[in-house]
Amino acid sequence: MADRDLRVVDLAAERGERRLFEHLDFTLSPGQLLQVSGRNGSGKTSLLRILSGLSRPVEGDVYWGQERIQSVDGGTGSCLGYLGHHNALKEDLSAQENLLIAGRLGGGRPERDAVILLLERLGLGGYEDLPTRFLSQGQKRRVALARLLQQQRPLWILDEPYAALDVQVIEVLRAAIEAHLAARGMIIVTTHQAVPIDGDCHNLHLG
Amino acid sequence: MFRTLLALLQRDLTLALRRPQDGLTVVGFFVVVVALFPLGIGPDPEFLRNLAPGVLWVAALLAVMLSLERLFSDDHRDGTLEQMLLVPEPLGLLVLTKTFAHWLITGLPLVLISPLLAVQLNLRADEIMILMLALLLGTPILSLIGAIGAALTLGLRGGGVLIALLILPLYAPPLILGAGAVDAVMHGASAQAHLSLLGALMVFALFATPWATAAAVRIMLD
Repeated sequence: MADRDLRVVDLAAERGERRLFEHLDFTLSPGQLLQVSGRNGSGKTSLLRILSGLSRPVEGDVYWGQERIQSVDGGTGSCLGYLGHHNALKEDLSAQENLLIAGRLGGGRPERDAVILLLERLGLGGYEDLPTRFLSQGQKRRVALARLLQQQRPLWILDEPYAALDVQVIEVLRAAIEAHLAARGMIIVTTHQAVPIDGDCHNLHLG
Repeated sequence: MFRTLLALLQRDLTLALRRPQDGLTVVGFFVVVVALFPLGIGPDPEFLRNLAPGVLWVAALLAVMLSLERLFSDDHRDGTLEQMLLVPEPLGLLVLTKTFAHWLITGLPLVLISPLLAVQLNLRADEIMILMLALLLGTPILSLIGAIGAALTLGLRGGGVLIALLILPLYAPPLILGAGAVDAVMHGASAQAHLSLLGALMVFALFATPWATAAAVRIMLD
């Protein structure tokens, strides 16, 4: 599983009748980060959804190693973790339950202690057992980040990960990103905030 | 694989228990609709008895219909459905598990409460047995077919009405067979043919509809 490239070949996407981008080619190797920039509506989210196999491109293909991303052995989800605009939390469940269930759904055997430790690391100590509907936007985002860290996938696809986070958690996320890159992980991220990352960073400007 | 599906089932049931009003509304709707019929058409026991199978079945499928909109829409709204597409299991099985949870929350309570309403409509004990058996075979079909409609109307405004238009015509076979089974017993015939067909229909729905639902979910989330 490790050390596979993400290869994008001649990719094109449309939204309604409008062509967002076409002839997009790039390769992302282990240990690299790709920052996707562009104005609103330039297709950043569409690109990320295509890369994570949630949407189908109009033209072109996305490859994970030699396999197409939709038909990776063990499912698309086995190679990537996706953090979209939604936090994907169940409001009636506590942060801890959300993480435990997400972990089990991902095919793992999450331990309660490990989950609590992870939540504490993200500054959510004492909030583990509260239904997430009582958490603030920023705290919910932290739980979603905790899920991403828990999944331990080689590729992270992050759509505006810094939104609603305070300075302290941005620092935690930045450290997590750098650690992930150092462990030969790959990251694709869109953001409007410039957060300096120490590592092999590349830029892709859409539009 | 079973651990994943079990986790999903457990999650849906926990959520239903945390928010019991969703399940209770469906049962309440079923009870109220059936209870309204004697008030509307008069208390003649023989007349009510003749209408009973049809009334109970129509009320049951309307009650199931009422709950369908929420089958996927909650997960769609908070983004968990998106994450479910990334779960390394076939989406069809995940959808089937969710549909099973939906049946446990809505269909099964209808089956369990139906004898009470059947007595109210003057059905005899043996007829009530057949009614419950028919509902036990039929309500899963309602959930399974309904899931396709729920998936196809994901994220649309006024989805609930659209589900009704899409799905109600497809509910005709289980309605005919289910009501027919009780009707047959009332007229001294055997209900076996109806129940066998209903069972066959359930098995068919069990194998065919999850894949259609999964495809619809993928399309609507694209």
